[in-house]
Amino acid sequence: MKNRSILSIGKKEFLSFFLSPVGYIVIGIYLIVSGWFLFSTIFLTKSVSLRDFFNLMPMILSFMIPALTMKSFAEEYKTGSYEMLGTQPVTTMDIIIGKLLATWLFVIVMILPTLSYPLFLSTLGDLDSGVVLSGYIGALLLSGSFTAIGVFTSTLTQNQIIAFLIGAVICFFLTIIDGMVILLPNFIASIIEYISTGFHFQNISKGILDSRDILYFLSIIFLAVLSTERRLQKK
Amino acid sequence: MIEIKELVKSYGSTNAVKGINLSIKSGEILGLLGPNGAGKSSTLRILTGYLKSTSGTVSVKGFDVNEHELEVKKLIGYLPESAPLYSEMLVYDYLKYIAELREIHKEKIEQRLKELAELCGIKNVMHKTINSLSKGYKQRVGLAQAMMSDPEILVLDEPTTGLDPNQIVEIRNIIKEIGKRKTVIFSTHILSEAEATCDRIVIINSGKVVADGTPDELKKIMEGDIKIKITLANANNVTEKLKDFEGIDSIEEKEFNDNKEVTIYSTKDIRKELYLYIKNTDWIILNLSLEIKSLENIFRTLTQEEINEK
Repeated sequence: MKNRSILSIGKKEFLSFFLSPVGYIVIGIYLIVSGWFLFSTIFLTKSVSLRDFFNLMPMILSFMIPALTMKSFAEEYKTGSYEMLGTQPVTTMDIIIGKLLATWLFVIVMILPTLSYPLFLSTLGDLDSGVVLSGYIGALLLSGSFTAIGVFTSTLTQNQIIAFLIGAVICFFLTIIDGMVILLPNFIASIIEYISTGFHFQNISKGILDSRDILYFLSIIFLAVLSTERRLQKK
Repeated sequence: MIEIKELVKSYGSTNAVKGINLSIKSGEILGLLGPNGAGKSSTLRILTGYLKSTSGTVSVKGFDVNEHELEVKKLIGYLPESAPLYSEMLVYDYLKYIAELREIHKEKIEQRLKELAELCGIKNVMHKTINSLSKGYKQRVGLAQAMMSDPEILVLDEPTTGLDPNQIVEIRNIIKEIGKRKTVIFSTHILSEAEATCDRIVIINSGKVVADGTPDELKKIMEGDIKIKITLANANNVTEKLKDFEGIDSIEEKEFNDNKEVTIYSTKDIRKELYLYIKNTDWIILNLSLEIKSLENIFRTLTQEEINEK
């Protein structure tokens, strides 16, 4: 692994989001959807908190992020440009990390404008800044995990739509799975809660920064990157 | 410089490459020739480190392609078939990106891009997006990409496919120019191309090397197959009279517009003797020509035989 190659690949990938309208469309849709959900209820509940915003975030991101990552490898396979990239003096790990970091950074850029929500809300009442901060740290980890999963599913096929669907299904499933645990016996429930992204994200967004939750997200990223590397190994 | 030993590559149950042995010297322009699906691309992809061989070894300057992947990749510039590029990028941005991946020193990138633009004739398209370029220009951008770090070995997979005749000549000239200083390996299924540009031709068919040599050497392989065509007027019983002529293997005779068209197969060039013989008869020579088996024929014979064997 070489930092320089990762940086070059990352820079190119990040800028490529702005070469086509896809990047702008995704940012636009995200801001409209999340803004609408927040402000359509905030004046009804009469409470000054971003709880609904963070509750919905995993759900929305599980569709938004795979839409961004779907092209990362599927498109390169389709056009054959991976043959050119794969024969440059860089390792597959450089390529994966470069692409992952670029998309992750793009998601952060996408979420960045929502920082105006807490700023706006704090003028209305007393907002707990600690909870907000912890929520954004959770958002950072969550988007990293979903990006890593999306990058992995992009290596499974040449077809971007299929890559998107598989990625979205995996992310969505991980998000909602902890909602089903009520019906299950205790020991299975705790396993399912552990693998659920939604469960861990909720802990963090409530303001509890637990190392177990952070470790969970980091291991998802690690596992996804490792699987991606396996997929990309030469045949 | 490059040693390929017992190279085998199979995709599932089909064997694309079935034991290729090849050793390529530094400074050679080598043409890898074969019909479509002969295993040319697979061989080149393994050499460049894109695919893994099923068995056998490939080493470049003593570096094994599997164990020292990065070292080998640094030595090789590669232009894949049909030059797949990032279509939304500007040519300039794309080449700059490649320069970064090839670890060219930051201050030297501008200089290098200028040189390549000059050499490949892409100066006036540097600020266009790649998808707006014609096929010929895309190919040249791909070539510039391959030559970016001035690698010792240049591997080009069918660099002239889909180009018009003028562009083909231009690309060939570029290859010849580079070949003066570098080792160039390129694949093609067009024979005249290999004949025009290469020092050495290797013909591959169904995953095996079927012939290997300089264009002249390959021609010699087939020597002994000389065909002499004569058109005669005022002639009768030609086959009968030439039957015992020394050096003739077989004769074919055809009637054509009151003239006789005679085709003579021989092991050596006997035009002189034939002329002297015909001079003493009443026959009038309208045409006398010699056909040595061209590379085209060699190629067809070698690759056809294999198909017939199947």
